[in-house]
Order: sequence, then structure tokens, then C-alpha cells
Amino acid sequence: MTALEKIGAAPVRVGSTALYDWDDLVQEDRAHRLIYTDPAIFEAEMTHIFGGTWTYLAHESEIPDVNDFITRNLGLRPLIIVRDAEGKIRALYNRCTHRGTTLCRFDKGNSKSFQCPYHGWNFLNTGRLRGVPWPDGYAEDMRDPKYNLAQVPRVETYRGFIFGTLNLDALPLAEHLGPIATVIDEWLDRNPGGRVVVCEANRFRFKANWKLAYDNSCDGYHVAYSHRSLLETENRFAGENAKGMAYYRNSPDAQPMYMRYTGRGNHYKDKRPNLEKRPGGLWALESAHPGMEHYEADFIRRYGDRAFSLLDLAGSEPVNINVFPNLSLLGNHIQVFEPVGVDETNAIWYGTMIVDDGSIGADGVRDINALRMRTQEGFPNFGEVDDIANFEQIQRGLMAVEDEWVYMNRGLGITDRVKTNNDGTITAPATDEAFMREHFKEWKRLMQTRANLAIRREP
Amino acid sequence: MNAPKTADPSRSSYYVNDALYRELIANFTDWQDDARAVTDAAIRDEFRCLVEREARLLDRLKYDDWLAMYAAECLYWVPSTPNAGDPRREIAVMFDDRRRLEDRVYRLRTGFAWSQAPQSRTVRLITNVEVFATAGDDTHMLRSNFLISEFWDKETRILTGWAGHRVVRSGAGWKIAAKQVNLIECDQAIRNPSIIL
Repeated sequence: MTALEKIGAAPVRVGSTALYDWDDLVQEDRAHRLIYTDPAIFEAEMTHIFGGTWTYLAHESEIPDVNDFITRNLGLRPLIIVRDAEGKIRALYNRCTHRGTTLCRFDKGNSKSFQCPYHGWNFLNTGRLRGVPWPDGYAEDMRDPKYNLAQVPRVETYRGFIFGTLNLDALPLAEHLGPIATVIDEWLDRNPGGRVVVCEANRFRFKANWKLAYDNSCDGYHVAYSHRSLLETENRFAGENAKGMAYYRNSPDAQPMYMRYTGRGNHYKDKRPNLEKRPGGLWALESAHPGMEHYEADFIRRYGDRAFSLLDLAGSEPVNINVFPNLSLLGNHIQVFEPVGVDETNAIWYGTMIVDDGSIGADGVRDINALRMRTQEGFPNFGEVDDIANFEQIQRGLMAVEDEWVYMNRGLGITDRVKTNNDGTITAPATDEAFMREHFKEWKRLMQTRANLAIRREP
Repeated sequence: MNAPKTADPSRSSYYVNDALYRELIANFTDWQDDARAVTDAAIRDEFRCLVEREARLLDRLKYDDWLAMYAAECLYWVPSTPNAGDPRREIAVMFDDRRRLEDRVYRLRTGFAWSQAPQSRTVRLITNVEVFATAGDDTHMLRSNFLISEFWDKETRILTGWAGHRVVRSGAGWKIAAKQVNLIECDQAIRNPSIIL
């Protein structure tokens, strides 16, 4: 039995009247500036989106052992993600039920319980209140479930990815993910044992709305220009053998890469068809990284014909898999968007490493990971910095009150450009903005819905 | 793996290998030892001048002169954790060999590095410079604190921390073989980390 407490789907201050006419703010071809700039819309999103749908919380490899914890957020709610003594993963509200203090101020650790630094209330990592100082001062029975920590009522994992939602009516996670799960499977299954482990991150903060990052996540249109400094740098010695993302430079829509919308705000950009389908096809595209010539020569000596399929494991997987609202698997990164305020966001690029499943051996895995760390540092250092500079400048541009709209109509209205497939997914050329038009339909649906939201406490 | 005799570290990276990683980790572990602190004022002054010159060259965007302060086979490492773990299994904020350092400079000069358009203006304060001996006379370790005031996009912000330099004798002078930059906020979200530290 669990104790559920229903909560209003809309923030109190919005009340029962609609904040805006959402159909007016988000149209087929354009979106109003207010969705990026209005603090009231941001506040509503923190419940309707971050809470109303499945949101990525953390990766299982970050809490591998019982009693491990990390602190994260669901929207602005501070959470402690724990693997409790029974191994169950929970998303506890990091908020003392007494007076609201955060219980845990550390990024990660291992603990069976959390004691409030204010008055000393002590909670097990199941969320249950274990004890309070001098309980005889309370007339009430302190075993009342209302004193147990709030927790996210539904926490599910998909192959190591931990998601949570407050929405009791949300589909089971795997069903919610639908076709995007197949691409996540492919992203994982190229690694030994079909899994990866998180290993620190490149962490960015930018002064702009979180959706600007999600709008960019599948955008193939910006690459040639926003990342011009990266493209020029990674090709400064390349000659005819263009490296990295060079396939964006000339006629990207004529390339076999494409974007696909798979429903519920999720989409992916698939650059894999641009590659030569052979061992080493991915490695051949990799631009210069520390140690690559040494390890390539060393792998050929140690592994012979197998060397290039191993080197591919250090190569950056050319796909962007975006799970609305806050997860983006790209290259080998697990990128997470964390809203901080209406005009402030963190973009955390968690690195991943492979683990030995017995098929490679410890030395080989160590060396692949040594390369894989360096390939993953490339884009955040030489690409992401320019993206977030542009996101900040969008936020500034949107302060122009009378100039109301941003356009997302690339590809719209051109015959045979955007294709709806038999399974309902939508395919379009790589620079098309169809992904953005579609994820805003999901955003609008969630903002318009009064969902069946709740928190849970241990009974 | 031995590099080809003609390998140019500006063009190919043969020296970043497992032995180098192990040596790097060893060199940057337990080196700040009072027993190894160099007290000779002249030696300390020589290295204080070296890190001050590095700061000046970076503030003035004299990247070619700055790169020339580094050994041909050098490393520039900004760990993403306060205790600088194993860079073979931990993403770094930055981890550059010679070629990638030159990439970093090349990118800033393309004119299309939007994160540095316009360029940041920086002033670096370098203090608390200490010199530590190593097992060999031709190598020293330097520890210094830095405070970078960075004016960018209408605001001035502070980037601060401490740096460890591994310097090796080169002719009559010294070259930087490895620099470890320890930002105090290294494991937190950082706004626009696009300058060279």
C-alpha cells in the first residue's frame, strides 16, 4: 500500500482559468516569444511538463550500490535519488517534512538515512521518518505517514535510464518511449554488454530558457554556421577526407541523414546513414583527439583485423536521440537539460565509458575508454560553447516585446518533404524544423491538460 | 607504441599513451610536500616570473608566445573533479595535448567562435607561488593560485582556483610539460568556459 496525495495539475496562482490561449501562442509555423520569457509560463511548465510527463532523472550507474544516492531535480523540486537498502530506486523529495529544509546538500554519496541539519529529524532512505528529537513534545503520533518524505510516485527505468513522473495516468515508461526506445537500444547495444557507465561530465550554465536547448537538440540547420569554428578547426589538416560534422557543410539535405519524430515530444537525428558501413567507418570520421594515432597503431598491432571495430567504440556515435523534455543522447554523451529559472538553464554533458563484458579484456577496455574520454571532450569544448552563446543571445533578442514570433517553418508546405510513416512517425530532411513543430504540439498538449498528479509517501 | 621518427606533435598524437597517463597521475599525486619545498629565493623568483609571464601572455592573447612556453609534448588538464581522478576514465573540463591546444587557439582565431565574439577581456592575478623539487634536478613542480577576472557580455565574473605546473629544463630555461588547472567550481555548471585558463 502506498499513500498518495493528489495535487492540482496547475499551480495555484494560475487557478482554474487558462493562463493563455495556448493555440494562439504556439501555432503550426511559429511560437510566441512569451513561451520562452514569461515567468508564469515557466512556473506552469515546472508542473505540467516537469511532473506531467516522464522526465529523465539519473542513470543507474550513478547509484550502483545499495544506499548510494545522488541529488538531482525534477523541474525545480530538489530530489535525492536513492537505491534503498532493498535495492529499490526511489526519488525522494529533498525536503524535510517538518519545516522544509533540504536534508542532503551533497552531490552524491552512500547513506542509509538522512538527518535534517536544522532540528535533527531523521529519515531512512525509504523516505520513512525514523525519529525526531524529544518526541514526547508532540501530542500527535509521529508515525503518521504525513511525516514521511514525499516521493515521486512513479519511478521507472529503461535499460539504466531512470525516469520519474507525478502523473498517475502516464503510460508505462517503455510504452511512453515507444519507437524512440528502439534507437536507444541501438545506441546502447553497440557497446559491450549493451551498457555504459556515467563518468563525470562537462557542465554548462547558460542564461536562457531550457526549451532553446531542446529546440536545438535535433536541429541540423544550425550546424554549418553555429559550429563553423569547430568545422574549420577539426578540418584544418583534413584535406579531402572531411572529418567530424563536415557533412553538414554542403547540401546537408541531399545527404542520407534524416530526422524522425516518434511521438510524445521525442525525436532523433540519424547521421549513421552517412557513414561507410564497415569496421572503422565511424573511426574514420573522427577528427583529431589526444592519443588517437598512438592507440590506432597500438590496436592494429594488438588486435589485428579487430582493431577498427574496437576503435569505433571510442568514436562519437552520429545520432542525437532526444527524449522530451530534458534528455539528449548524442555522440556518446547523456546530455541533460536542467531548468534553473525562466532564463537560466544547465546543460550537463555526462560522459559515458564502456565496461568489459569479457569480450575485450581489461587493458583493451581501459584504452578504448582513454580514447573515448578525449573524443567526448571535443564537442563540449569547441561546439557547445558556441551553441549556448547563441541561446543566450536568443533570450536577449526575445526581450523585444513587439516583435513577437519565432519561426519553425523550415520544410513546412513543401510537397513530399515531410513524410508521415505507417507507424505514425514523421521523417524529414536533416535541416527540417518538423521536429520542433511536433514537440511543440506535445508541449501544448501538456500545458492544456489537467493531469492526474500526485506525490507519494511511505504508509 | 613508438612514434615514427618524424612525428610532429602538432600534427599527430603518439605521445599520449597509457604510460603517459600513468606518469601524469603519479606526477600530480602527493607532490605538495613541505619536505620538497624549495626555499631558495632566486629559484622561487625564477618560477614566479614564469607563471606571471604566462598570465600576461594569456591576458594579452599572445597565443603563439604562450604556446612556445610549453614543451613540444605537453599536456593541459582541467579536471572535472576536485581531486583530479584518472583521466582515462573520467571526463575532464579540458584535456589537451599539443595538437588540441593548437586547435583551441586556431578555433579562437577563426572569427566564428561565437562564445568569444567579442573576445573576453581578462586580468589574471597569480599569487602564492610555491616551488617543489622532484626526484630529478631537471624537473620542478609549481603551485600557484589564480584569480581571473573575465569581462564578457557586459558582465565581469571571477574564475578562480589553483594550478600545478610541471616544468622541465630546456636549454638555458624551462618549459611547461604539464599544467593542471583546478577550478574551485570544476564539478559545477560553468557559464561559457571558452577562454584558455
